[in-house]
Amino acid sequence: MISAGIDIGAKTVKTVLLEDGKILGKGLVPAGLDTVASTKQTLKRALAAAGLTVEKVEGFMATGTGRKSCPFTDAEITEVGAAAKGINHVLESCRAVIDVGAEEGRAVRCDAKGKVIDFAFNEKCAAGAGTFAEGMARALEIPLEELGPLSLKARQAVPMNAQCAVFAESEVVTLIHNKTPREDIARAVLDAIASRIISMVRKVGFEKDVALIGGMALNPGFVESMKRGLEMDVHVPEDPEYIGALGAALAAAEQTT
Amino acid sequence: MADKAKYKTAPLKCWKKAKELRLKYYEDYAKAHERGGLRWAGGAWSFSAIPSGLGEDVWSLTSEPYAASIAFDKDFSLRCLEAAEKASYARDLCAYMRNYWGSIILNEYAFGGPFPKPDFIWQDHICCSHAKWYQVVSDLEGGIPHFCMDVSVGPYNEMAPHKIDYLVGQMHDGIEWLEETTGRIYDDDLLIEAVKNEFRTTSTWAEICSYNKHVPAPLDEKSMYSLYVLGTLNKHDRQVAEFYQELRDEVKERVEQGIAAIPNEQCRLMSDTQPPWGFLSIFRYMEEFGAISIGSLYTFGLIGIWEDKPDGSWGPRATPMQQGIDIKDRDQALRLYADWTLSKPEWQHFYSPHLKTEMMIRIAREWQLNGILLHYNRGCEGLSVGIAENRLGLIEAGFPVMAFEGNMGDEREFDEARVKVRFDTFMETLGLKKNGKS
Ligand code: SF4
Repeated sequence: MISAGIDIGAKTVKTVLLEDGKILGKGLVPAGLDTVASTKQTLKRALAAAGLTVEKVEGFMATGTGRKSCPFTDAEITEVGAAAKGINHVLESCRAVIDVGAEEGRAVRCDAKGKVIDFAFNEKCAAGAGTFAEGMARALEIPLEELGPLSLKARQAVPMNAQCAVFAESEVVTLIHNKTPREDIARAVLDAIASRIISMVRKVGFEKDVALIGGMALNPGFVESMKRGLEMDVHVPEDPEYIGALGAALAAAEQTT
Repeated sequence: MADKAKYKTAPLKCWKKAKELRLKYYEDYAKAHERGGLRWAGGAWSFSAIPSGLGEDVWSLTSEPYAASIAFDKDFSLRCLEAAEKASYARDLCAYMRNYWGSIILNEYAFGGPFPKPDFIWQDHICCSHAKWYQVVSDLEGGIPHFCMDVSVGPYNEMAPHKIDYLVGQMHDGIEWLEETTGRIYDDDLLIEAVKNEFRTTSTWAEICSYNKHVPAPLDEKSMYSLYVLGTLNKHDRQVAEFYQELRDEVKERVEQGIAAIPNEQCRLMSDTQPPWGFLSIFRYMEEFGAISIGSLYTFGLIGIWEDKPDGSWGPRATPMQQGIDIKDRDQALRLYADWTLSKPEWQHFYSPHLKTEMMIRIAREWQLNGILLHYNRGCEGLSVGIAENRLGLIEAGFPVMAFEGNMGDEREFDEARVKVRFDTFMETLGLKKNGKS
């Protein structure tokens, strides 16, 4: 059977079409203000990529912060459940998955079957989410995509002490005024996000293998910051931003069969 | 939901009476002077039976439940909190204390009319806030005589005669102080009656909570809040002691007849510390998943007095009267009273989070729980100290735990939508879906 998993996040909407555990097509569009329209659009893209029509899809499942507004289904799975299922499908050895999106960070400890054992959210602190990286890239006057590569050129670790995104921004401005090299500031920003996420990961506990998913997993500088902070390798699956949608598609298939 | 009903339910027959007793308590306090009586204020932890020896026309206002009543009324609470902040009291202080001070500053009583100024303050020191709470009340009110007891003698499992002596000595001093302050002659018979009432109230409450070991639970925690509150107001009062016995009989009958608190119980949880009073609807939200909170160490042990039973289970402590002790004089009454109160479960964890973890694990096992909800309560330094440690202990003991942040008395620090998202996730990890589907 063909199932669709739709992940309606704060910044983007993602769809994965799945048949017998194989991904047939994917689609990603910005969430925008009209998430229903964006959700329709992302499904359209995924269908086009798979060369399918919507009638072929037998089961839908929504996840993400906007999952209750999915126009195709009432069936839903939480972001935590979807992340655990999705990662288990692509990396069976994974026992801890860290999901850092635009709005929040999540740490999930799971077993060999992708069942959630414990979880934690970092939802109150913007300094531990992707939006903070975006704001800091703006302060450094570079596109977000360049923040990670720039940070990899850093020569030294510059500590950022502010606990809050607003104060951290003024700290960045001070570093700029002090003529701190921009690559060092970029690394400081990503290290700061990673340290907040890692304290949450330590709360739920972790063991090998650790995977990083969500939009921030696409940032190579952030991945390095996480590796340094956790003092271990961190796996980034292919298309890390689609893992939630994949987990939802798997849940839809389980529900329908 | 109806088709998911596994158990029959019925409203509590005692419910109306509990509400009436609570309202009467607040009204009695406000009208005390009209009746020629006395008013005193102090914490719900204070040795409240002692001022009863001053006469039958002495009424109290206990601070924490009064502040919780304010917190329940979100608009009034916000005005109180803002008034306290405007008066320069910091926003990170005990939220109950800020609500209470705000009510004095605004001169508005949550139950109507101006704030009724107490004639004296009768307090003890459990946490750091207790030490300051009534100093500020007295300052705000232009000076009120204040007696305070130090109870920091360590946990009950390390009790020793000299520790009881330390408390009893202060109690004797307190009685002399009460006589001097009020100009009244102290009546030991009234004291003895009040402590006996308190033994009955607190033991019976533990017995009521024990009935929740039964599956399905006859009571849910949200309802228990409206019942246990009487023990925080007036546990030394004969009417409260009698009400709890009536309630105990009804709960026993519910168990015998298989009457459940919720019709679709399939997951048993407990909470911890005071709930966010302005958002008790989260308990009803849980019920949509077939999850019930059967209580907590807080609901069981703030009022209930417990002991180990011969079969190893936790049950109501046998009162001195049940043990055949005849209370004859002031000193004997005070000694028994000190020993009894120091065994209160909620006092123990002020000394060590490990003692709390042990009690929580015990509840989780004996009450057959599937999971635990921990409230990282920013409003109460006293009860939230060590919660992260408790979490680790509970997880190690094999219980799924969900922690959420909030504040029992400051709604600005509780994010309802986010907390519900956490509930959704926790319920999913426990294999539960909305409307009782599993
Ligand atoms: S901080 Fe907590 S324990 Fe202390 S007075 Fe306030 S409510 Fe009571």
